Amino acid sequence: MASPTAAPSDRIEETEGRITYVRTDKNLPPVAVIDRSPITVRHKLIFAAIAVLGALAWAIIAFFHGETVNAVWFVIAAICTYAIGYRFYARLIEMKIVRPRDDHATPAEVFENGTDYMPTDRRVLFGHHFAAIAGAGPLVGPVLATQMGYLPGTIWIIIGAVLAGCVQDFLVLSISTRRRGRSLGQMARDELGVIGGAAAIVGVLAIMVILLAVLAIVVVGALAESPWGVFSIAMTIPIAVFMGLYLRFLRPGRVSEVSLIGVALLLLAVVSGGWVAETDWGADWFTLSKVTLSWCIIVYGLAASVLPIWFLLAPRDYLSTFMKVGTIALLAIGILVARPLMEAPAISQFATRGDGPVFAGSLFPFLFITIACGALSGFHSLISSGTTPKLLEKESQMRLIGYGGMLTESFVAIMALIAASILDQHLYFTLNAPAAATGATAETAAQYVNGLGLSGAPATAQQINDAAAGVGEHSIVSRTGGAPTLAIGMAEVLYQVFGGAGLKAFWYHFAIMFEALFILTTVDAGTRVARFMLSDALGNLGGPLSRLRDPSWRVGAWVCSLIVVAAWGSILLMGVTDPLGGINSLFPLFGIANQLLAAIALTVVTVVVIKKGMLRWAWIPAVPLLWDLAVTLTASWQKIFSGDPRLGYWTQHSQYRAAQDAGKTAFGSAKNADQLSDVIRNTFIQGTLSIVFALVVVIVFAAGVIMAVRAIGGAEQPVAEDDPVPSRIFGPSGLITTTAEREVQKQWDALSALHAKSVGT
Amino acid sequence: MGRAFRVARQIRGYIGALMGDSHYQRYVEHRCRTHPGEPMLSEREYWKMRHRASETSATPRCC
Repeated sequence: MASPTAAPSDRIEETEGRITYVRTDKNLPPVAVIDRSPITVRHKLIFAAIAVLGALAWAIIAFFHGETVNAVWFVIAAICTYAIGYRFYARLIEMKIVRPRDDHATPAEVFENGTDYMPTDRRVLFGHHFAAIAGAGPLVGPVLATQMGYLPGTIWIIIGAVLAGCVQDFLVLSISTRRRGRSLGQMARDELGVIGGAAAIVGVLAIMVILLAVLAIVVVGALAESPWGVFSIAMTIPIAVFMGLYLRFLRPGRVSEVSLIGVALLLLAVVSGGWVAETDWGADWFTLSKVTLSWCIIVYGLAASVLPIWFLLAPRDYLSTFMKVGTIALLAIGILVARPLMEAPAISQFATRGDGPVFAGSLFPFLFITIACGALSGFHSLISSGTTPKLLEKESQMRLIGYGGMLTESFVAIMALIAASILDQHLYFTLNAPAAATGATAETAAQYVNGLGLSGAPATAQQINDAAAGVGEHSIVSRTGGAPTLAIGMAEVLYQVFGGAGLKAFWYHFAIMFEALFILTTVDAGTRVARFMLSDALGNLGGPLSRLRDPSWRVGAWVCSLIVVAAWGSILLMGVTDPLGGINSLFPLFGIANQLLAAIALTVVTVVVIKKGMLRWAWIPAVPLLWDLAVTLTASWQKIFSGDPRLGYWTQHSQYRAAQDAGKTAFGSAKNADQLSDVIRNTFIQGTLSIVFALVVVIVFAAGVIMAVRAIGGAEQPVAEDDPVPSRIFGPSGLITTTAEREVQKQWDALSALHAKSVGT
Repeated sequence: MGRAFRVARQIRGYIGALMGDSHYQRYVEHRCRTHPGEPMLSEREYWKMRHRASETSATPRCC
C-alpha cells in the first residue's frame, strides 16, 4: 500500500463566537468543529445533581451496615460516577494529553479500502469496540471477588475504571491512531527500543496462553457433569456452520438476518437441552468428565484455528456479539425491575484474614488481581491498538470509544458483582469452594459452609439439593470458576421479571450458554491471534524461519497453531486435574498476566507522553502504572516467595516434594501418589510462569524508565508519530450531535447528494 | 405511530451497520468515489474477499 504524503496544508479557520470551524480545502465544508463554549448553567446544575445523587448512593453502599442494601444503589453510584468521570476527567485528559485534531485524517480515512479500513459511524464503532473488549473476564472476576464482600470490589471496579482502565484504553487508542494503527508490540519496539520491545512481545504471547487456558477452565467448570449445558453448547457448532453456509451460498451479506435465525436456534437448543438431559441416552452421551471436556475444547480450538474463517469462526462471532449485547441489556433491565437485596456482607472476614476458600491472599493485592477486567484490563490495549483505529472516523471520537467503551465494561462488571452478592452466602461458598474443602456432596458441603461462620441461617443438605434441582442440575457443590454462580444469580434476577419460577432452569442454562459461547469465541479468536504473533516473532529471527512471516503458508500456520494450542491445552489439563482446585491456583496467575499486560501498555503510553514534552501531565498515565506495578509485583512476589503454602507456589512445591521424598503417598490435598506428583509438577509450572511474567514486566518498565529519563534530560527523542494527512471527511465528536455539528453535517450531506447526482447523469 | 416506526427503523439500521449488513453498500460507494467507472466485485465475491483477507489477520476478542 502506497503511503500517501501530506499535501501542503490549506488549513482555513473561521471563528463564530466561541466556535471555530476548520477547513482543509476551501471547496469543502469544514472538517472540524472546535467548540470552546464554557459549561452552561444548565449543565452545571445537572452535574451538581448527578454528583449529589452519586454521593448519596455511595454513602448508602458504604455505611448502611447491618441492613440489607438494595442493588439499585450500586447501579446509581456507578452511573453517576461514570458520568462525572467522562465529563470531567476524560475531558481533562483529552485537553491536556490527547489534543485531538479533527483536521488530521485517521488511519481509517487515509487507507480507506471499503473492507478493513473504513471510517465508521461513532455509535456503530462504539458497539464494535465494546463487543471486542467485553468478554467473560468482567463477569467472572467480580463473582470470585465477592468472597471479600461487595464493598471492596465495587470501589475498585468503579474507581479503577475511571482512573486506570479507561485511561489506558483511551491513551493507547490515541497513540496507535497517530501511528497508522500500529499494534502494541510494534509501538513498544518503536518507543522502548529493541530489548524492551522484544520483552513486550514475549510477555504478550505468554500472557495470551495463560488467559486462554484459564478461560477454558471456566467453561469446563461450568459444563462438567451437566448434560443440559454440554448439549446446548455443542449445538452452537452446527448452528454456526449452518449460518456460515447460509452467508456463503444462500444470502451473502445478510448478517443480522442470519444472526436472528441463529439466536432463535440457540434458544431452541437451550430449551431442548432440558429434554435431552432427561432422557437416558442424553444423560449418557452428554455427561462428560472435566478431562474429556478439556480434550473436546482442545480439539475444537485447533479445528477452529485452521478451518476457513467463514465456516465456523465468523458466524460464531456474529452470534456471540448478538448475545453479548442482548443479554447484558436484559440483565440491566432485570436488576432495575427486580431490585434485589444484597446478601453478601460489605466486607467479609476473608478480606483481612486472607484465607478465603475461593482464592487465597489478602485484600491487597489479591482483590485487585482477581478483578482485572472491568477495572483495568491490559488485554484491551490489543484492541485499542491495531483494530479500532482502522475504523475510527475522527480523533475527537476517541474519548467516546476508548474511555466510554471501558466505562460500559465496568458497568457489566458491577452487574456481575450484584448477581453474585444477592445469593445466600452459604450457597455462594457451596458453589465456589474447591471440592477438596466441600467434599463434593451436599451433606459434607453443608457441614463445611456452616463451619465458616457466615451470616444468615445455616444451610442444610436438603436446601443445597433443592437449589440444584431448581436450576435443572444434579449438584451445585464446588461448581467453581464463577460461571455457575453468575448463572444462578442471573437466573434469580431474570425469572422474577421474565417468565416466573417455571423458567428458572431455562434462565440458568441460558446464562451458562451465553458465557460459554463467548469464552469459546475468545478461545478460537485468541488462538488465531496468538498464532499470528508466534509466526511473526519466529519469522523475525531470520534464517529458514523467515518463511513463517508469509501468513498464507499452510504448513507454517498448522505448526504454529499446534504449538499455541498445545501450550494452553496443557495448562488447561493441568488446571482441571489439579488436586488443589485449578481455578484456585490459576486464576491469580490470569489476573496477574492481564494486569502485567496493562503495565506494559501504560509504560509505553507514559514514555510517549514524556517524550512529547508533557511531563506536567505524565501523572495521568503514571499513577495507574505505579499502582498497577505495586499490585502485580507484590502479588508476584507473594506467589513466588511467600512462606504460606496456600499462597506461595514454591513453598507448596517444596512441602509436597519433601513429602514425596519421605515416601508418603498422601499429603495435604493430594490423596494418592499420582496426585502428589501432579501437585509437584503444577506448582513448578505455576511458579516458573510467575517468575517469567514478573521479569518481563520489570524489563519493559526499566526500558521505559531509561527512555523517560533520557527524554527529561533533554536528549533528542523523536516519537514515532506519522506525518499528519489533511482530513476530507466530517463526523460529530460526542454521542449527541451538537447544533453546530448538525449544521456542518447538513453541508456535507448536501455535497454528497450533489455528487451522487452528477455521477448518475 | 410514525415516530415508533422511525425509531424501529433506526434500531434496525444500527444493528445492520453493527453486524455488517451495510458493508457491501459502503464498499460500492467507496469504489464509485475512488474508482468511478471501473468494474467492482459482486456482493458474493466481496464477502469471499473479506473472509480471505481475515484468514491472514485476526481480530482479538478480549477475555
